[in-house]
Amino acid sequence: MSYLPKPKFRHPGLPKNKLGFTRRDYEGTVSTLCAGCGHDSISAAIVQACFELDLEPHRLAKLSGIGCSSKTPTYFLGQSHGFNSVHGRMPSVLTGANLANRELTYLGVSGDGDSASIGLGQFAHAIRRGVDMVYIVENNGVYGLTKGQFSATADAGSKSKWGADNNDSPIDMVALALQLGATYVARSFSGDKTQLVPLIKGALRHRGAAFIDCISPCVAFNNHAGSTKSFDYVREHNEAVNALDYMPTRSEITADYAEGTLEQVTQHDGSVLNLYKLASDYDVHDRIAAMTYLQKKNAEGEIATGLLYLDPNPKDLHGHLQTIDTPLNRLSEADLVPGATALEKFNAARR
Amino acid sequence: MQPTDISRPEYFHKVVDCQWACPAHTPVPEYIRLIAAGRYGDAYMVNWKSNVFPGILGRTCDRPCEPACRRGRVEAEPVAICRLKRVAADFKGDIKAQLPKPDAPKNGRRVALIGAGPASLTVVRDLVPLGYTCTVYDSDPKAGGMIRSQIPRFRLPEEVIDEEVGYITGLGNIELKLGQRVDSLKSLLAEGYDAIFVGSGAPRGRDLEIPGRKEAAKNIHIGIDWLSNVSFGHIDKIGKRVIVLGGGNTAMDCCRSSKRLGGETVTVVVRSGFEEMKASPWEKEDAQHEGIPIMNYLVPKAFLHDNGKLKGMSFEKVAARKDEKGRRELVPTGEPEVVIECDDVLVAIGQENSFPWIERDIGMEFDRWAMPKVDPKTMQSTIPNVFFGGDAAFGPKNIIWAVAHGHDAAISIDKFLNGEDLADRPPPGVNVASQKMGIHEWSYDNDISAALRNKVPWRDLGTTLKDIKVEVELGFDAKLGYAETQRCLNCDVQTVFSKSLCIECDACVDICPVDCITFTANGEEDDLRERLTQPARNKTQDLYLSDVLKTGRIMAKDEDVCLHCGLCAERCPTGAWDMQKFLIEMTHAGAACRSR
Repeated sequence: MSYLPKPKFRHPGLPKNKLGFTRRDYEGTVSTLCAGCGHDSISAAIVQACFELDLEPHRLAKLSGIGCSSKTPTYFLGQSHGFNSVHGRMPSVLTGANLANRELTYLGVSGDGDSASIGLGQFAHAIRRGVDMVYIVENNGVYGLTKGQFSATADAGSKSKWGADNNDSPIDMVALALQLGATYVARSFSGDKTQLVPLIKGALRHRGAAFIDCISPCVAFNNHAGSTKSFDYVREHNEAVNALDYMPTRSEITADYAEGTLEQVTQHDGSVLNLYKLASDYDVHDRIAAMTYLQKKNAEGEIATGLLYLDPNPKDLHGHLQTIDTPLNRLSEADLVPGATALEKFNAARR
Repeated sequence: MQPTDISRPEYFHKVVDCQWACPAHTPVPEYIRLIAAGRYGDAYMVNWKSNVFPGILGRTCDRPCEPACRRGRVEAEPVAICRLKRVAADFKGDIKAQLPKPDAPKNGRRVALIGAGPASLTVVRDLVPLGYTCTVYDSDPKAGGMIRSQIPRFRLPEEVIDEEVGYITGLGNIELKLGQRVDSLKSLLAEGYDAIFVGSGAPRGRDLEIPGRKEAAKNIHIGIDWLSNVSFGHIDKIGKRVIVLGGGNTAMDCCRSSKRLGGETVTVVVRSGFEEMKASPWEKEDAQHEGIPIMNYLVPKAFLHDNGKLKGMSFEKVAARKDEKGRRELVPTGEPEVVIECDDVLVAIGQENSFPWIERDIGMEFDRWAMPKVDPKTMQSTIPNVFFGGDAAFGPKNIIWAVAHGHDAAISIDKFLNGEDLADRPPPGVNVASQKMGIHEWSYDNDISAALRNKVPWRDLGTTLKDIKVEVELGFDAKLGYAETQRCLNCDVQTVFSKSLCIECDACVDICPVDCITFTANGEEDDLRERLTQPARNKTQDLYLSDVLKTGRIMAKDEDVCLHCGLCAERCPTGAWDMQKFLIEMTHAGAACRSR
């Protein structure tokens, strides 16, 4: 952390987006996490993504639980709505908020402790219901706030900073998300913003449950030799299946790509994801194949990253429930209590 | 691009823009911090060592440091560096104990100096403590040169000149031959001095030969001569209607002096446009503040007179346009002549060197502009023991350049008289020290103020226009001075990067308020500059490049708008970034600058 607030001075050439905001207008207060924390890089990536999407800050709500990762919403999008919930209960609060006002963009920020331990059930149900949200797990494999005990995502066989071995099997959040029906699933690394920023942009524009597992080294407790979530280890074992370019609209591809290496996917809102294949045999639309591929890579000790699964025509919770287009929180008493005559009419129609 | 070699003193020196821009390379951030700490005397001495006349320069310097100041690139205006120098001088208290001891043991060498202006006095200041005996000649009755003769008292009170000239003359082993003009270099050479320094300035004001000049000569005055006469009390009034010709700082001094000596309608007339005028922006502003109109694009045609009694002047109206080659030229607009009535005219259209007193048969070579050939590094002329400095060397510049020349000439004289190679210049003294005191604590104040530049308070016009000796600017008081010091970005506290410690976590990239830092693939400079987090388009500012890191990338930092806030170092988990104070001081004449 720093004692100083970040000076207000900015680069005189700092670009502005369509709303007239600079990237710095999407920042929050200065981070109080340990210096070098991967989470701060993810915050910076979120800031960059929202800036590039011309997102109106007041149309986004950021929700989190408890933990280092769940502290981070203070450090980005200072002009947006925020809710810091009970440990592991962010998915429920987010679901409720989304049901009340479907027009906002929902960004759930959680960690491996918050989502894979105490909140595992909450995580599972929010995903399987297809809540329209971006769910980011800032995954560092340890409990940083309590000084570095293994978390549920720590790989079996990895070593703690104090030399202890982890014997428990890890929970693979990506595998869970795929299995539970998330319609946009990605894995990335806090140390690679070129990959992470477009993934967050695509997720923010996805109308369904978008899940990003972001490996984020804990510099204080999990960045040593023997860790599988350190900067060095992740850089060495990172195997991206594709590279993503987010385009606001479909535009002509000018660069030359070998046959079959570029795929363009149009999302619900008209935005286009240009996917450049890096692993030739990987099909981003085949959920079962994706699960097999990931398991295989996992067994080889490699970390598959990139956009791992995408359903371009997702259904979300509101679709399942057939709610009306008007956000429920905007319905007046007259709308909700239409009166005896309306009730009569309704009952008559049921007879 | 090659990795940056930060062991070269020039690299970090250039980052300290103000110090780099200063001809004497005064360590500006260092003395600003001392002022902030209330150590005015020490701040004064840092200045005195480097620029010799802090109180004088704090009022009159051309301030090349301010347009260079990095603060001016991140907000509207630079730090008021010049006026902070005055703060140090105003509040310093008694600093006599910190001056060199007078009457240093003599080394038997005698140096003659022609002119008692800033260049000569700097040479004296540097040489006398080493044991040299200096003899200073000047045609004026008091030492100070143009500082005393051409700068009006309402900008620079006489006490300030007396005090700072006094610190030098008080060093002993100095013979002042005032009121004595040197008419022959040949005979001075014959007097057997070991070395001679020519600091005689650019004493001749340019005249304007147009119709009526001779006839109306009684009321037409050359600006610098007139100012000198005013300074020494020979002139104390002027006509009610005055025209000042010229757009430089001398013209501004002339018009403001006229206003105080009886001029009711004073008009400045300039050939060029307002923006192209040579005067410093603040001097133009000061003149306008005193109700003096500046008329542009008027070319003098004739002095109008009635049997030798000056009546006015006629001018031709011109406009600026670009010729085929893109050069600016002034062309007549064809409009009728403009006539301005007046009682006196002051001609301040430039000044020139003049060396009628240097015989052409004594071995000194002159160039085709009749200027002596002087080596710009050593200040040596083609007569080995004759050195030049100040305006006498390369034409009219300013005080701070004269000081810089003086230091260089003093080094040369000392080396010359010790049988050393003059071309071998002494390297600067450099001290680099980490400022780290704790995890987030630095021994410099990195919490910079966001406030805008403070204005120096002025005395009210009613008082200042009545008396030419009343100083217009009041200077910052201690409180305002402190507030202004807090705007300094401490550019001498450098961001130093250790490649071997970096884990490429991006923390510095994310925290940097001005997007200075990028980790990317190396490339040619032009390509690299465009690929940075924020493209580095100010090419006068360097890129700081590391060697190749673990991921095959390099760290590139654009020095341009770095705030030196130290947040990169605070956020760095491994200490790969450190804030290190880089104090660079020019070496002056003395044992330290000799090679043996």
